Amino acid sequence: MDNGCFSSPRRDFPAGLRVLVVDDDPTWLKILEKMLKKCNYEVTTCCLARHALNLLRERKDGYDIVISDVNMPDMDGFKLLEHVGLEMDLPVIMMSVDGETSRVMKGVQHGACDYLLKPIRMKELRNIWQHVFRKRIHEAKEFESFESFESIHLMRNGSELSDEGNLFAVEDVTSTKKRKDADNKHDDKECMDPSSAKKARVVWSVDLHQKFVKAVNQIGFDKVGPKKILDLMNVPWLTRENVASHLQKYRLYLIRIQKENDRRSSSSGMKHSDFPSKDLGSFGFQNPVNKQQNDVSTDSYNYSDGSLHLPTVENKNYEGDKGSVSQFTIAKKGRPLTGNVTDSNMRESSRVGLNQPFAQSEGNHAVFDCSLPTQYSWTEVPNMQLKEEHKSLVHLEDSFNQMPLHGKQHHIQVDQSQSVASISSAPSITEEEVPACIEAKPLFSDFKNDRSSSVNSIGNAVDTFPIQPGSLAMNAQSLEPISTTNSGLKAHGYNNLSCISDVEIYQRNLLLGGEAASAPLDEDLHFQWLQGECYNMNFGLQNIGMSEYYDPGLIAEAPSHLYDSADYSVIDQGLFIA
Amino acid sequence: MDKTKLRQQALFIRTSLFDQGFLDEQFIQLEELQDDVNPNFVEEIVTLFYSDSVRLIYNIERGLMSNPPNFTKLDDFMHQFKGSCSSIGAKKVKTECSRFSEYCAAENFEGCFMTFQQINVEYTTLKKKLQTYFQVSITFNVIFW
Repeated sequence: MDNGCFSSPRRDFPAGLRVLVVDDDPTWLKILEKMLKKCNYEVTTCCLARHALNLLRERKDGYDIVISDVNMPDMDGFKLLEHVGLEMDLPVIMMSVDGETSRVMKGVQHGACDYLLKPIRMKELRNIWQHVFRKRIHEAKEFESFESFESIHLMRNGSELSDEGNLFAVEDVTSTKKRKDADNKHDDKECMDPSSAKKARVVWSVDLHQKFVKAVNQIGFDKVGPKKILDLMNVPWLTRENVASHLQKYRLYLIRIQKENDRRSSSSGMKHSDFPSKDLGSFGFQNPVNKQQNDVSTDSYNYSDGSLHLPTVENKNYEGDKGSVSQFTIAKKGRPLTGNVTDSNMRESSRVGLNQPFAQSEGNHAVFDCSLPTQYSWTEVPNMQLKEEHKSLVHLEDSFNQMPLHGKQHHIQVDQSQSVASISSAPSITEEEVPACIEAKPLFSDFKNDRSSSVNSIGNAVDTFPIQPGSLAMNAQSLEPISTTNSGLKAHGYNNLSCISDVEIYQRNLLLGGEAASAPLDEDLHFQWLQGECYNMNFGLQNIGMSEYYDPGLIAEAPSHLYDSADYSVIDQGLFIA
Repeated sequence: MDKTKLRQQALFIRTSLFDQGFLDEQFIQLEELQDDVNPNFVEEIVTLFYSDSVRLIYNIERGLMSNPPNFTKLDDFMHQFKGSCSSIGAKKVKTECSRFSEYCAAENFEGCFMTFQQINVEYTTLKKKLQTYFQVSITFNVIFW
């Protein structure tokens, strides 16, 4: 390892590695954050994929590596993976509780540099820096080899085809070839400083990409080559290497689209037939004037030119992207270009030919380019037809907009300023699904109370504890008074446990409709105390389970394990000492 | 004496949770993460899990109530829930989740429904046990540094 030459930007690498973690599960988010911090990494957490992309775009060079869950309600992890790979060219690690080979394979196909299974061990996270390091080395060599490739190309008889052929090859082969060439060609110049490795990473904004595609179209897709494109594009700071790698990705993307198209045209009864490819559509490149598309995209991104693409993946209640994304399976090696492509747009795209721009993510760039504020689009507002007018709707799943959970999709608009909230508070609410982010304001008022209480209760667990001795002391054997004491504590919706049956709970849930599946907040607490079981520890939890599944068997079990009356008094005294 | 007894109780509960298969190794991972910076880390995580998983369970419930049942969706929801359960090492719950997924794959609604009941039982049982455990542990920690 030419460590001496290739130095990392930070002296104490891998410490301080900047990691972005994306997971809709707040519990895992917190665990991972803690684990990564213990590895001395700099952690940013995000529960929304969209938000994560925005973060990545805002701070182009702000992160070294991304760790993302595969199953997220607002966007498929694989799609995010593609975006990140395409736009930011960062290493992405996927995580999932599902370790099926097919899934892992899909991850690798989409360009994941690793695939971790939940539950994740800390030792697995300790080594993630290797992916960053590897990438830097690779980029350094790529940079070198591209230059040497170009020089070879010049020497040839203008046969850019061979050059293309090389580029067109599967990335691995290409990389190997490059590496070999690189090794042969520059023994002297193996020292790459990290800045040049970083230069290789160009962010392809929508403007840039448009120029690129225009150039490609002008040249003619079959005859295209990096040099020609570069000349046409007339972007002074862009290197041939940049163009070449972008071209490669573009080709892979197009192939994938083509395959997807073929696959789709042969299948029927797809749910998302009304969804155009978000990627293709997003730029509206179907008409060369780059109008915004008329179709709804599958992804919940907002696309080009201020036109809003709202995902209506399904006319159903549940989360949008996932359904459609799951249809999308084909991926090339290396950096697949974009995510979702759906039926109609596929056909459209194939009609128009290969001159489609890719990377819906660049649509997002367009959003920024158009000086639109950061936007989230509502994942699953169905039937939101994209109009040509520049309606920049900002859709943020704001949990405060109480959404009826009766399976009706509706349009939710939220104050934009609210939408660009802090990382942790960006909620993602699917219509039927309850929001993912714990920090987000909860969906329902009850839920909210419980949530906030739960958060509070964590902090106050110890605080409230001393109160308990009093209650315990008073109520060594009785049950009732405890409940009144507890009502002074941060108690939550505890129902009259003894009289609620399973059926009632379910019925109540039905009646409550939009409320979380919890017993309504009921200050009148009637606890069924297991003998001697100290149950004042509020976890701020909804107590559905408690009420439903109160099982005398459990009670009988507990005391024998935990306390007998003697023990109870021990605790009693112990508490008093406090 | 009190101190010892408390400590013993805490340890006993903890051991039995593992022995009886309620918790798996992930719980130990959480304990290892606990430090001075986050002295109540495990409890915080468990609390977070239980409060967040309510919505996941709710989703599954709703899914079960829909007619006709959408097994793909159900499976997705269960997947989410299972992923969450894995965060605290809720072993028995996870086992039931897997069973549920199998019934989903077989499109056996009855099986799904029954398994879901079982999931709730395990979920609640674990919750109670953990609450007790934390109760005792914290008592011990608070009172007897």
